[in-house]
Amino acid sequence: MKRILVPIKRVVDYNVRIRVKPDGTGVVTDGVKMSINPFDEIALEEALRIKEQGHAEEVVAVTIGGNDCQQQLRTALAMGADRALHVLCDEVIEPLVAAKILLKLIEKEAPILAILGKQAIDDDCNQTGQMLAALWDRPQATFASKVEIAGESVRVTREVDAGLETLEIDLPAVITTDLRLNEPRYVKLPDIMKAKKKPLDVIDPVSLGVTVTQRIKATHYAPPAARSKGVMVKDTAELVTALRSKGLV
Amino acid sequence: MNKVLIIAEHDGSRLNPATNKCVRCAHDLGESDITVVVFAAEPAAIAAEAAKIDRVQTVLTVAHSAHAPLLSANVAPQVAAMASPYTHIFGPSTTFGKDLMPRVAALLDAAQVSDIMAVESARCFKRPIYAGNAIVTVEVEPGAPVIATVRTASFEAAATTESSAAIESISPEVTLPQHTRFVSMSAARSDRPDLQTANRVVSGGRALGSAENFQILYSLADKLGAAVGASRAAVDAGYAANDMQVGQTGKIIAPELYLAFGISGAIQHLTGIKDARTIVAINKDAEAPIFEVADYGLVGDLFQIVPELETLLSAN
Ligand SMILES: Cc1cc2nc3c(=O)[nH]c(=O)nc-3n(C[C@H](O)[C@H](O)[C@H](O)COP(=O)(O)OP(=O)(O)OC[C@H]3O[C@@H](n4cnc5c(N)ncnc54)[C@H](O)[C@@H]3O)c2cc1C
Ligand SMILES: Nc1ncnc2c1ncn2[C@@H]1O[C@H](COP(=O)(O)O)[C@@H](O)[C@H]1O
Repeated sequence: MKRILVPIKRVVDYNVRIRVKPDGTGVVTDGVKMSINPFDEIALEEALRIKEQGHAEEVVAVTIGGNDCQQQLRTALAMGADRALHVLCDEVIEPLVAAKILLKLIEKEAPILAILGKQAIDDDCNQTGQMLAALWDRPQATFASKVEIAGESVRVTREVDAGLETLEIDLPAVITTDLRLNEPRYVKLPDIMKAKKKPLDVIDPVSLGVTVTQRIKATHYAPPAARSKGVMVKDTAELVTALRSKGLV
Repeated sequence: MNKVLIIAEHDGSRLNPATNKCVRCAHDLGESDITVVVFAAEPAAIAAEAAKIDRVQTVLTVAHSAHAPLLSANVAPQVAAMASPYTHIFGPSTTFGKDLMPRVAALLDAAQVSDIMAVESARCFKRPIYAGNAIVTVEVEPGAPVIATVRTASFEAAATTESSAAIESISPEVTLPQHTRFVSMSAARSDRPDLQTANRVVSGGRALGSAENFQILYSLADKLGAAVGASRAAVDAGYAANDMQVGQTGKIIAPELYLAFGISGAIQHLTGIKDARTIVAINKDAEAPIFEVADYGLVGDLFQIVPELETLLSAN
């Protein structure tokens, strides 16, 4: 079966104002709104569209994390994923470990594509897709803003610093999504009901033969340096005078 | 002593200044032997530029027709093949480096530190998370190579010197994969300064309302010798090209002067301009969050203020 794997991460919602704990041990996540990482929602939307165009038959959403992550998997199922895999794990999952776990799932599921977000908006690592592609020894197209399946390969337009780059990569492959790839659909109430009946398998990472290790230790968290308070000017002339006096224009 | 390998970014003929920033970051590691490697079809001119960067001891070149343009699928296995002598392997935190370095790290079974903004010690770094709303100090486990991307906005360019490092050609023994093919590149050509390195940036948001209206910012930018940037909303609406986006998922920049017109100041945008020396915000809404970070704020209609600014700047 032609399958697409979509790894999704549960993260603090992008609208939440992040606060660092006063003791510097982390950021406050208790009681804050959690969501699917926005880039992963875009990845799921793209997978669903590829399926709707007839290029794939099944979309499988995957997450690695604690029990609470099932909320996001249910949302993914309500959006249209056919089934979900939950690799249950309470430890900190570094991108390399996530990639190793995803590789094990790929060996079982043999997808034609794995579509990931380009970055998780909590750790902002921007690593997992590329690492997965390397371990899988398959092509990668990161920062995708357009995806066109053409038989055994896929054309991907990428948002790079210099403009838009188009690559052609052979399937199977890894794609990571940028913001302008698509606009994710809204979940409708009946779909939420239907999603409850869709299969969601819980997997123990030990059964996959992956040891969860932490190779980079976070020792301290701090808020960013604040910018000093500026001044309001009353009109354009005053602005220009101020900028001139500082030698800025 | 650290042995640092830096992967050069270039456009086929010229070295990208991001490479120089990586060298500057490597200086902070302490006593280090710094090597820059240039993968290119014709690396000679690029290598000569790299050889002039302060404290670069060696420049290695890997000439191969497959390296025009650079594809991570080709470069990563070659970097991995030459990695063993190095304690640190750095690339810039640009789309090039972000695409490449994790692929290298995974091939070496190593974790990666993304977006180094400060070096605490040879294995301990500061990096931004949550769109720059928190700064985390991280320590890489002993023994493993430190694979990292360098947040270019956090580092000055290293000086260039008169003397030149040794340039050596190598050819790592790797069979290059055939699964990834370059098709095309569409880059908006412009004579304006590059957004990532410009001293001054004029930036517009959703308020501009159309691509035509954006012209008033180009005109002002030309007067100032500035690059032009945009918010995501402006890019999404088609007023500006994607490579102009500033912010968490666009470019992180550190100009001397940043002028924001009709940009509300969402955290995802602000994270891209935190390191700007002076931020000027023009917005008709006095409550806009951009004013919280602006050094100079002016409440008003940009369609009136931009032409006024242009006129006043033209006077002497
Ligand atoms: C995962 C994620 C990543 C994101 N990454 C980025 C990113 O990299 N960069 C980015 O910019 N955004 C990013 N965003 C989007 C961000 O949250 C905001 O939606 C966006 O920055 C808003 O753009 P804006 O300020 O142009 O538009 P708006 O928020 O709509 O603001 C327009 C402003 O213009 C003012 N205005 C209107 N008319 C005038 C006038 N005539 N004169 C003066 N002022 C006027 C209004 O008062 C308002 O403040 C991201 C969002 C998400 C979820
Ligand atoms: N714990 C996780 N579970 C599922 N997917 C993940 C996880 N961590 C990372 N990913 C995927 O990898 C992408 C990039 O994450 P990162 O490398 O952490 O920025 C995310 O957008 C997800 O698609």
